Amino acid sequence: MDFLNAIILLLNYIFIPALTYGSQLALGAIFVTLIYGILRFANFATGDMMSFGTMATILFTWYFQSLGVSLGVLPSALIAIPFGIILMILYMLLIDKFVFKYYRNQKSPPVQFAMVSIGVMFVTQAVVRIIIGPGDRRFFDGEKFIIKAREFKDMTGLNEGLALKSTQVITIFVTIVLVSLLFWFLNRTKTGKSMKAYSDNEDLALLSGIDPKKIVLVTWVIAGILATIGGVLYGLDKSFKPFTYFNNMLPIFAAAIVGGIGNPFGAFLGGYVIAFSEILLTYAYKKFFMYILPENMEPNSLVQLLSTDYKFAVSFSILVMVLIYRPSGIFKGKVL
Amino acid sequence: MRKNLNVIAAYSIMMMLILMVGIFQSWNIALSIFNLCLISAVMTMGANIQWGYAGLINFGIMGYTALGGLAAVLISVDPVQEAWRAGGFDILMCLWLIIVMVLVIRFILKNFEKSKLRTYSIATLIITGIIIIRVTAEPGIEKIEAVNPATTGFLGGFGLPIIFSWVVGALFAGGLAFIVGKVALGLRADYLAIATLLISEIVIAIIKHEDWLTRGVKNVIGLKRPAPYEVDLQTTDWFISFVEKFNSGKLSVIDNLADRQAALNQLVIEGSSVFVKLCYSGLFLVVVIILLILTQKALYSPWGRMMRAIRDNEEAANAMGKNVVKQHLLIFILGSAIVGIAGAMLVTQDGLFTPGSYRPMRYTFLIWVMVIVGGSGNNFGAILGGFVVWFLWIEAAPISLFLINFFTAGIPETNALKAHLIESVPYFRFLLMGLGLLFIMRYRPKGILPEKIEIK
Repeated sequence: MDFLNAIILLLNYIFIPALTYGSQLALGAIFVTLIYGILRFANFATGDMMSFGTMATILFTWYFQSLGVSLGVLPSALIAIPFGIILMILYMLLIDKFVFKYYRNQKSPPVQFAMVSIGVMFVTQAVVRIIIGPGDRRFFDGEKFIIKAREFKDMTGLNEGLALKSTQVITIFVTIVLVSLLFWFLNRTKTGKSMKAYSDNEDLALLSGIDPKKIVLVTWVIAGILATIGGVLYGLDKSFKPFTYFNNMLPIFAAAIVGGIGNPFGAFLGGYVIAFSEILLTYAYKKFFMYILPENMEPNSLVQLLSTDYKFAVSFSILVMVLIYRPSGIFKGKVL
Repeated sequence: MRKNLNVIAAYSIMMMLILMVGIFQSWNIALSIFNLCLISAVMTMGANIQWGYAGLINFGIMGYTALGGLAAVLISVDPVQEAWRAGGFDILMCLWLIIVMVLVIRFILKNFEKSKLRTYSIATLIITGIIIIRVTAEPGIEKIEAVNPATTGFLGGFGLPIIFSWVVGALFAGGLAFIVGKVALGLRADYLAIATLLISEIVIAIIKHEDWLTRGVKNVIGLKRPAPYEVDLQTTDWFISFVEKFNSGKLSVIDNLADRQAALNQLVIEGSSVFVKLCYSGLFLVVVIILLILTQKALYSPWGRMMRAIRDNEEAANAMGKNVVKQHLLIFILGSAIVGIAGAMLVTQDGLFTPGSYRPMRYTFLIWVMVIVGGSGNNFGAILGGFVVWFLWIEAAPISLFLINFFTAGIPETNALKAHLIESVPYFRFLLMGLGLLFIMRYRPKGILPEKIEIK
């Protein structure tokens, strides 16, 4: 019984939250990695682009709510996502046309691109804050829990409750579907393969008749879908605040690099690596040990490796170590 | 003279703008903008040394600034005797442990061949070391933080004049830069940017949460000042008579004695705050001028030529026998140390240390906008960038408010859109910065005052 309790405890406080957070990071990390692999720069506007997409979705959600349209138990943001994606893609293409295209034609070094993306970051941040304000927004509606902790306890008779939020299930489900579609697209369709070719060797790809304009367009479209959905899922699960989204850029970068930048599958796994290590290292295991150890061996302290304040610091330290010892990432970069 | 016409023109325009703020808004605002411009200029010079001279990209400016600020706290605050008695011993023990650990690692690195075994043994050493340090420090930290937590709850500092912290801040930042440089400088440019950004976030996380050292988010307030206090000035005789003499024309118009006294009091209160700010301006100006002379000398010295050679073609410089790695590390430390000075200056001016306020937007990316806008590789450009960008950062809100009112003049005040726009005026500064950066990058990629190399 105690053993079961311990497992439920870990599931409830570590496994499910980490899986959810990891999925949100993974979507962002694939976005970063795609831009890096195909457009060849580190996009410092990542977090803010995600917040733009989320903002667009929130605006549509409000509109649908005012019309009285809803999905019942599911959050109405799900109907708004496609419209948010369209706005996001339009915004990205606009930015690309007026900003990035010039530097692409000039064949500027990646550092210059990164600087330019900082300009884009400032502008996007301003746009989001001017439109929706800097405050905290919750736009979740519908049923909040699938299983409540108390119901679970009553059902199983265990001491530990397992709470399953609907946003967690939605996040994991949507991520799996989206990522499978993306990998199918990249590996099986002609456009996806030409994107890979373009990422591997630009000149050869151009020689074999691949249209760079189309590649760039498709990249931004995929990026827009990933950014919006990733952002909305994070916002549904926690809340939407522009500043938090800007800060999320850092663990997302960490995930992309840990997984090997330019490698979408690595980025996908990198998201989970970062999320699990953040949560595993900062969780206080006292209760867990109370369950599995005999009574006289129970720990007095919290058995916490690092205080939760250092959550971000954990992922950054992992990243720094990966950068130093294996700059190409755990799963070898540049193989889009 | 003629060659430098654009420099002189740019600086005179900048000074005129600040003077205009003084005349139309108030001298207080103008001087506080001017002081922060000077501090920004120091930061930009630091970043410019790294980026402009050597092409090293450092997105960790925030971390070095915070370390400089920490130095200001550790130097100027009086030591908290009670806390030292409570937990000082444990902390000193930890310090020894850390030193021993570093020495052992150095010893292993020096005396053993590079192998898997060595890497793993160092890793275990570090992990066990961290656990031992945590176990020894824990009771001490708890005791220290329990000492009068509302006002102290930390070890305090050395109780020295705060001015010394400017040097110590540079040392702190330089020390951090040494470590960061050792591990990260080999990375490619964009990786280096990300790595330094994340390392600076780690530094901030430590400063924010190690309450025994920094009081963390509880902030340290009321730091000592190198300048007189306003309250003291307002009761000092020479200052009152000085204000009276300075404003004699204005005061003589008022006939009534009581009114005249009231007006004088008002002027003294205003004057005292302006006077204090002027003191700071003087101090900061001295720092900026000293740094400017040093960096200019360095830029035109053989060393500066070597740095440019390394920046423009690393392989060629290497082939000429220049030690690229060593020079990169050196310049990384120098630039970061200058940023550290700026961090200490900033805390000195504010008189308080708020770890929660260090955010990458303000302390890293804004400084980079300054470097790019001003002109990388040119010290005068870097300083100008600091001035222009900080000025716009502060004045963006009033300017955009004016523009919004101007363009929506025909719309009634109750209009929702207009009200919303006026409410979000503070965020137009981001827009202005972003657009400014994008336009400069596109149409004047070398900045307002581009780098020019004269061969004499």
